[in-house]
This record gives sequence, C-alpha cells and structure tokens, in this order.
Amino acid sequence: MIEVRLHGRGGQGAVTSAELLAISAINQGRYAQAFPSFGPERRGAPVMAFVRVSDQVIRTREKVYHPDIVVVLDPSLPTIVDVVKGLKENGWVILNSHKDEKTLREVLKGYVGNLAVVDATKIAMEVLGLPITNTTMLGALLKATGLVELNYLEEALEHRFGRLAEKNKAAMKRAMEETKVYQ
Amino acid sequence: MGKRVAMEVSIAIAEAVKLARAEVIAAYPITPQTHIVEHLSELVANGELDAEYVTVESEHSAISCCLGSVATGARTFTSTSSQGLALMHEILFIASALRLPVVMVVANRALSAPISIWNDHSDIMAQRDIGWIQTFAENGQEAVDLVLHAFRVAEDRNVMFPMIVNIDGFTLSHVIEPIVLPDQEDVDAFLPPFRPKYKLDPRKPISIGAVGVPEIYFEAKKAQDEAFKNSRRVILRAWKDFATRFGREYHPVETYRMEDAEVGLLIMGSLAETAMTAVDKMREEGKKVGLIRLRLWRPFPTKEFRKAVSGLPVLAVIDRALTPGASGGPVGTEVRSVLYHCARRPRVVNFVAGLGGRDVTVEDFEEMADRAFFYKKKRPKEAYELIGVRES
Repeated sequence: MIEVRLHGRGGQGAVTSAELLAISAINQGRYAQAFPSFGPERRGAPVMAFVRVSDQVIRTREKVYHPDIVVVLDPSLPTIVDVVKGLKENGWVILNSHKDEKTLREVLKGYVGNLAVVDATKIAMEVLGLPITNTTMLGALLKATGLVELNYLEEALEHRFGRLAEKNKAAMKRAMEETKVYQ
Repeated sequence: MGKRVAMEVSIAIAEAVKLARAEVIAAYPITPQTHIVEHLSELVANGELDAEYVTVESEHSAISCCLGSVATGARTFTSTSSQGLALMHEILFIASALRLPVVMVVANRALSAPISIWNDHSDIMAQRDIGWIQTFAENGQEAVDLVLHAFRVAEDRNVMFPMIVNIDGFTLSHVIEPIVLPDQEDVDAFLPPFRPKYKLDPRKPISIGAVGVPEIYFEAKKAQDEAFKNSRRVILRAWKDFATRFGREYHPVETYRMEDAEVGLLIMGSLAETAMTAVDKMREEGKKVGLIRLRLWRPFPTKEFRKAVSGLPVLAVIDRALTPGASGGPVGTEVRSVLYHCARRPRVVNFVAGLGGRDVTVEDFEEMADRAFFYKKKRPKEAYELIGVRES
C-alpha cells in the first residue's frame, strides 16, 4: 500500500488532486481511498489531503501518519509546516519551488531522501493563467513515482474539468518534462 | 452485475436513494451530511430522479414533512447530522409510533458544545430510544447496500417502522473509494413499490395520530413494542435475499478472527476497519485478539451477540459517545445488560474513544486490546476509560 499526503493552501486544489489520484487508481482496477483533513475550509489556510493506493482491499480509516509520498502544492509551506513529518524511509518529497536542491534541503532541515522539484506556480500561470498548482503537481508526482497510469489520470481530469481539461492536461504534462529528480 | 465506480460515499448514498426510486425527499443541509442531499437535489433538478424535493426551513420541518409524505404512501427519504438530528427529536418518536417508514441516513457527528462538525456517535446515541430500526455501515459499499435494505425492511407490511442507516461523518461520508452500484433492474426486483395497507387518501379518509387516552395508550405501546421485536425476522430475511441477488452477505453481528480469541474488541461503524488492521498486526505478534462489529443496533441482536462472545474471556467495548454519570458508554451499558443473565460471560471493559473527530489509530486499538489483556486478571477500577485524551 502506498500512502500519500498532500499539503496545500485552501483553494489550491489539494483535495481535488487526492481525489483524482484515487479515481485513477480505482479505474485502473486497484483499491484506493482519498479524503480531506476535515478542517474548517478557509481559502489560504494550510490544508492536507490524503490518498491510499493498494492492490488489496484497504482496511484502515486513520489519517496518513507515515506517508510514502508527500506532495507540497505551495512553495511557502515547507517553511511553516513540517512537511517531511513521518515520511517513510525511501519516501518521496515532491515540491513546488523555483529554488535549487541545496536551498530546499536546508529548508527541509537537512532532508537527504528522494526529492522532486518543479516550478509549478510558473507552469500553472503560463498554461492555466492561474496560480492553482494541483494538476501541475500531479505531473511531478507521476514523473517521480509513477503512482498511477497517465492515461487513467488524463481520463479522470477530463471527467472532472470538462472543457478546462485540455489546459490542465497540458500543465500536468509540462510538469512531467520539467520536474527535476534528486535521488 | 452492477458497476464498479470511484465515488465519494455521500454521492453513492444519493445514487442508492435514486436506485430505490424515492418519491419524496425533504431535508435541511448540515455538515457532514450536506453532499448527500446536495446530490439528491441535483438528481431531482436534472430530471434523473422523479421525486419531489422539498426544501424546508429546519430539520424539524424536514422530518415533519417526511411523516406527512410517507403517510400518503410515498417512498420518503431524509438525511441529517448532529444538531439537526437533535432538532428532529420529538418527531422521531411519532414516526415510529405511527408506523411511518421513513428512511434516514445520519452522517454521525458530535453534538455541541464545544461546536464540532466532526465525527463521533453522540448524535445517534442520544436517539437510542426513538423506536427506529438502526444499522451502522462500515464502508461505502455497505452504506449503499444498507440504504436499499432499509427501504425494503421499513416498508414491509410486517414491519412498518422508520429506519436509520448510520455512517460516520467525514471518516466515511467524505471518502472516495471503490463502490459497486447495483443495476436498476436488480434493485427494482429486490425492492417492490411501497404499498402500505393504510394511507392518507381523501377518497378513503382515515385518521392517523389520534389521542391515546389512558385506556388505550399502554396497549398501543405494547403493540408497537411487539411489532418492533418482530421486525427482526424481516431484517434478516431481507439481508438473505440481498445476498442471493447481489452476492454480498450481511449479518446483524460480524466477527473477525474471533476463533480462540482471548480479547474481543467491539465497535460499530467505519472504525471497525482500522480495528481489523490492529487485529491483524496483533495476531502476527501472537496475541489472540478478535473483533466484533454490531451492524444492527436496534432492535439489539441479542441472540447473535451472545453467540459471538460465547467462550470469550474479555470483551473490550469501544464507545464513541459519553453518557455523563452513567455506568458506562451507551454500548457498554447495553452489552453488560445483555450479558448479565449469561452464566459464562466475558469480563466487559469499556473504552470511550474518538470523540469530536479525534482520530482513532491502529495504535489506539492496540493499546485498548493490551489494556483488555491486562484486565483479564485484574478487574478494572473505573466503569469506563477514555482513550486518546491529551493529559498535558
């Protein structure tokens, strides 16, 4: 079972990202769960969403405390939230940032594990015209971990976004190209 | 048979209500029930569900409207949570006493104060004695299936009682997971149209809800009590028929790895899945732990429950609600009472966990099981213990 924790700010679509991942995995014939962190929903406040993906029936309802993958949608979050908290050994941290690897590892208090970085805000502004990075960051997640199959994720995006799907798919694919992976 | 979908549990419940061909829905939105009624109103507005959606000004009005609607012979659904359920309180007794089979989903949530939108069972435990048949769902699939089951049982002429399907707010209501939505034709075959023997009809006037003078009130209550006990047979038969048609088996009491268990955890609702993970982990460590889950809460499945705990040394009952000043949580006191007359009964230890959205983790279940092992030799000092409360 792979567990994912997404950090974002209210309005950036962390919950939608979680849902799209679970839907893709389920449509692939696997088992998955997606759920929000159930807080008061305020635009701009730090929020979390969770995903579990497995080839077996998932039998737990607790929050994700020991993620395999952490995705951070907002570049300002790592300085105010301990995003690597509970991360499993050999886990992944996937950041939205324009900064270099060394600086980011310092921000993450000397984190030495797997890291993937993409300037998702820039891509989202250029492709979508909005600083909403959720679908862009899914591209980075896919590039780094291959958690779900691309065509199922594209299908989920089409279903969710309708006429806006093409732009979101483009942002996601551009992130797949531009994501830098440090292992 | 059926279609496997990735769907939020709330949306799937609304789809189940559609599959059941509900004719009247009256509801007032309240977190975390909101997505259920929101989706139902969409289905009605889009013409996908041929029903009357009555927007009301409160939950008191919602349930009152439902009573009127079901009295005319219309299949009727509502849903609420927490304060909304509390506001319905006085009408809930009337629904059961007048034998008006409304089906309601309660997305379980804590009661104020402090204000909390999060999950526990205090809303429904405050409605223990309303005379509604009550079930608890463990996952999204079960929530869908129990809604279909509820219409079938409630509207059966040998039952005619309203029914509540409980789902944990957020922990279940807001989760996307794989769910098989049954085909319409299969649901139609399982669930015949609602045909009550007596209904409000201007062409054949009757009176429902007359005064019960002392010469008749007690007899009316006896009749209600007897009928409620007798609903058991129909509840079981409907699950049996459901299994034949849909391939998913349901029982009033479920057990998990209870063979040779020395400690049995007992819980209701979706946290049973987390508890299963804890049981698996402890079994690997050689600890003989099992799990008992009550799916049916009212009428209490005494026979099946006694069978499930027969030979068990310690039963750890996990309540999701507090009953101040009582001799235990609501489930704990119930269970102790049910076991009192059994010659060989397990020692019952009672925990209260997960109030107001406090997460109950695998570790918490392990802790409760470990404490229960400790109490095998030593009687607990307190009637119940709180788990997961910060002490500093």
